Amino acid sequence: MRAVQSWMQEFAPIAGEPQEIADQLTSVGLVVESIETVGANWDGIIVAQVLDLRPHPEADKIQLVDVDTGDGVPLQICCGAFNMSVGDRVPLATIGTVMPGGMEIAQRKLRGEMSNGMICSASELELGTDHSGIMILADDLQIGQPLSEALGASSELVFDIDVEPNRPEALSVAGIARDLAAKQGVSFALPEISVPTYGAAANDSCAVVIEDADLCARFALRILRNVSNGESPQWMQDRLTAAGMRPISTIVDISNYVMLETGQPNHTFDLDTVPEGRLIVRRAQPGETLTTLDGAERSLVAPDGSGIGRGLGDGVITNAEGRPVSLAGVMGGFDTEISDGTTNVLLEAAVWDRMSIAHTSRRLNLRSEASTRFERGVDPLGLERALDRFCELAVELTGAEIAPGHVIAEPAPIEPVVVPTRVHRVNHLLGAQIEPERMVELLGPIGFECGLFYMNDAGQQTFDVTVPTWRPDATIEADIAEEVGRHYGYENIPPRLPVSLQHGELSPAQAARRRIRSTFAAAGCSEAIPMPFLAPGDLAAAGLGSDGLTLTNPLVGEESVLRTSLLPGLLKVVAYNQSRGNLNVRLFEMGAVYLPNADGELPDEPWSIAAILDGADAADAVRLLREVGSSLGLDFRVKNTERAGLHPTRSAEVIFRGKTIGEVGEIDPTVIEAYDASGRVGWLSLLIDPITPGVTAVPKAKKLSRYPSSEIDLAFVVADSIAASAVEDSLMKAGRPLVRSVELFDVFRSEQVGGDARSLAFSVKLQADDRTLSDDDVSSVRNKMINEVTKRHNAALR
Amino acid sequence: MPDLPPVPSIITDLDQNVQSVLSRIADVSDTAALDALESETLGKSGLIVSARKAIGEVSPTERKLVGMAVQESRTSIEQALADRRQFLAQGERALRLQSERMDLTEVIGTPSVGHIHPLTQAWEELEDTFIGMGFRVAEGPHVETDWHNFDALNIPKGHPARDAFDSLYVNNGEPGSTVLRTHTSPVQIRTMLEQEPPIYIVAPGRVFRRDTADATHLPVFHQLEGLVVDRNIGLADLAGTIESFTKAFFGEGFTSRLRPNYFPFTEPSAEFDIQRPDGSWLELGGCGVVHPNVLKAGGIDPEEWSGFAFGFGIDRFLSIKNGVDDIRDAFTNDIRFLQQF
Repeated sequence: MRAVQSWMQEFAPIAGEPQEIADQLTSVGLVVESIETVGANWDGIIVAQVLDLRPHPEADKIQLVDVDTGDGVPLQICCGAFNMSVGDRVPLATIGTVMPGGMEIAQRKLRGEMSNGMICSASELELGTDHSGIMILADDLQIGQPLSEALGASSELVFDIDVEPNRPEALSVAGIARDLAAKQGVSFALPEISVPTYGAAANDSCAVVIEDADLCARFALRILRNVSNGESPQWMQDRLTAAGMRPISTIVDISNYVMLETGQPNHTFDLDTVPEGRLIVRRAQPGETLTTLDGAERSLVAPDGSGIGRGLGDGVITNAEGRPVSLAGVMGGFDTEISDGTTNVLLEAAVWDRMSIAHTSRRLNLRSEASTRFERGVDPLGLERALDRFCELAVELTGAEIAPGHVIAEPAPIEPVVVPTRVHRVNHLLGAQIEPERMVELLGPIGFECGLFYMNDAGQQTFDVTVPTWRPDATIEADIAEEVGRHYGYENIPPRLPVSLQHGELSPAQAARRRIRSTFAAAGCSEAIPMPFLAPGDLAAAGLGSDGLTLTNPLVGEESVLRTSLLPGLLKVVAYNQSRGNLNVRLFEMGAVYLPNADGELPDEPWSIAAILDGADAADAVRLLREVGSSLGLDFRVKNTERAGLHPTRSAEVIFRGKTIGEVGEIDPTVIEAYDASGRVGWLSLLIDPITPGVTAVPKAKKLSRYPSSEIDLAFVVADSIAASAVEDSLMKAGRPLVRSVELFDVFRSEQVGGDARSLAFSVKLQADDRTLSDDDVSSVRNKMINEVTKRHNAALR
Repeated sequence: MPDLPPVPSIITDLDQNVQSVLSRIADVSDTAALDALESETLGKSGLIVSARKAIGEVSPTERKLVGMAVQESRTSIEQALADRRQFLAQGERALRLQSERMDLTEVIGTPSVGHIHPLTQAWEELEDTFIGMGFRVAEGPHVETDWHNFDALNIPKGHPARDAFDSLYVNNGEPGSTVLRTHTSPVQIRTMLEQEPPIYIVAPGRVFRRDTADATHLPVFHQLEGLVVDRNIGLADLAGTIESFTKAFFGEGFTSRLRPNYFPFTEPSAEFDIQRPDGSWLELGGCGVVHPNVLKAGGIDPEEWSGFAFGFGIDRFLSIKNGVDDIRDAFTNDIRFLQQF
């Protein structure tokens, strides 16, 4: 909303520097986005009179003009225009003037002749587009007077305000002026409106019936006769332009002017196109259409019975025959629009159901200054004033004859909201100690009428606040507290810190997530944050099944599926990096995936951490798993298994405390190709929740043995079908209780070993807590381990 | 002047031998040879041991004299050995150091440590600041019911304010019943329903809007929400908390202000701005005293308890703190971007 200062001053003697006013507006919640000076910025431009016109001795297209600037002394100007005569009054930009376009006027020589200023065209003064010649001023202007004074035109100061949805009244000049006047402590008044009336009463010429009471709370009509349309006066055009609207014609300009001033939109029908001047207000019926004044035929939506959103249906105004003539609050009809030939006007203002207007205007993409105001709520008791102001201006500017009286329809009388307000509650919500009398002083000027103080049933000091009908948002005590706070000034409420008796901390699970994340970083992986949306088919292309949950209204199709795995997102990131020459990236992501649940239930959102290793194989991924496991103190087991999306012969599930909690290996080469990546890509993914207890567990120290350990190496030839981990497990088991660790240190394949087998060499560390191991101890354990492995796994000792 | 007693021959022999050893020590050029010479001279069959054995053979009057001479000889040899050993060690150390010289700028290999995303860094720093102020961290699902995301927050069905959030709906259950949360505020509701007051929580998290990506907006972004519900909480407590956070997070030279604004879920509502030491302002987020309808939706009696809430975007800190001028750059996950943090 663009608030023009001079316009606001018609309601209150607002004063102050522009920045000061802007700060005051901002402090009451009317955030000033910018301060602008619009219109005549004519400092340095004066009225001058032409004394003499002479040809320039050296140039055909320039003449020499002597002007009088008020002192009678001729001042020579070089001028490129020839449309003036001796005696004419013209606008002269004196030396040093900065023109509205930014050019600075300096004394200069043109082909040897001195020019002491510039005589201006209308367009140079931004008074229209005429640049064909010098602007000739009226003969009665005083020579030497500043042009802005002489023309009575001054620049308009405009505050561009971001109006919040709870402040519909601030979508009007009067509303902003009221709030600002209250802040400045100056009086605010709506000027008296006087409308001379003539002829037959309005209710002889028009009538209205509201059929759907929930659509329209109040509807008002006036009749204007013998209207002559034309161009509105300059002052009105200037105001509208400053406020950001384009002047069109007197009637349209008055309509917009009144809307901007009062906040109440209005609509004009050509009375002669409305049979008997009778209107009916109701919801649209199935199959109805209306050609709106932009010429488009609109299919109207009837209520669907749900009473919610678009289901409310469109509101319409029909004529007596039941044919829609206007789309309520959104756009008028083509057939009843006023035209150049219109002489009699049916002027309407109404209060529409906010939701209905919101949904109709959005559905048809017809949001306008009017629909915005209806959506936020107009003042139901302000209709007459808005119509009267229209009429007052119409009499003045078009010579209209106004029929006596208003025609009003209201399904129920408008009752203002009264909020019993407890003094202590207001102070409680603000955290302030404002005296009760001060509250009344703050509320009164903004239209919140306060009753006398009394004790409520609980013995609390209370006063009844009557909410002005232009503030439909204010209905409860907290709203009153906000009004008090706004005008008391948030900055005047001393801040205080609430005392939290709890100590702040992360939950164990949150702390564990941080630790897991830094462990992956320490292991050489950088954190990526891909978007969680996938394109349809992305999951299938990754071998991960069909699309899971989809969005109803995605912005683009490529972002319409919620991921069920971190793999597609991370693989896309690898492909992106490869395409930019960033090879062998090691990345991880920690985040939620979305797994559909039974119908209607919210999906499960388990968190995982996944690492993707470009240019690395499954062994690298297993090493990462071991590094992470060692750092976090987690004993992960790996079991060769096919996993969806992974290389079928290079994948395994990760087991923790007997449960499968993740997977490790390489991504399937076909999947890599489908994602436009190349090479081997290692993969590790772990579920967060099941490993969290292990991460948060506090390790307990074990007593270290004081006795020396013995190391023995054992190598076996084992069939490829038997996992090395199985052999390792057997060694651990057979070596109890002396075995401390078993570590695979060599894998060897050769013809000698055999085509479908390999040699696995383990280093085994033995130790006792109570003695140094004897040779017999060692050989006994060694034999047990060899027996176990050779028997159980049909292996041969090398 | 009395005659000096004659010097026993054993002493003169010893002196000669010591002189010879000392000159050999001076000629030794490595510690191994020095070790050999040491055991030769000071060992069991060395000249000192032999001389000591010979003490018994001299006359008692000479014994003391010979004994002193043997001790002196031993000391002088030991001293010479030690001096020579130190001299040789220095030379050998110099040789070794010379031979081990490395150019530490010719080392091969790049660091293999990963980097935490700057968003996470900002997120954790914010969490830690609020933890220091007595807050705990609450969480909730990304896919939400429209009740938690809207109705419970005083935005009823059909309310035009819902449109302002540009929600992304999920095909799940009844049409329009499931939404990707448009703000972290549903966590307020979940916390209130799960926990009795007093409540002091922050809820950082991922949120979703149907916004076209540009330099300052992404459809997926991150917010931090704060909620306090306790006895006698008002706007002043909110202002104090915001001010305390401002100083703790940005620094002593920063201050904050509240100015009136509108949100459906708070009343009174405010916007909060941060003033930098140079006097310029940064609009940070929205806040206010929790609307009684929101407390009721959370199962809390608004007559007994009151509260405040605040919220702001986390992604913006990448621009404010790290100078990321196009937020999209932060989420391409180009390794060259990530490695800067």
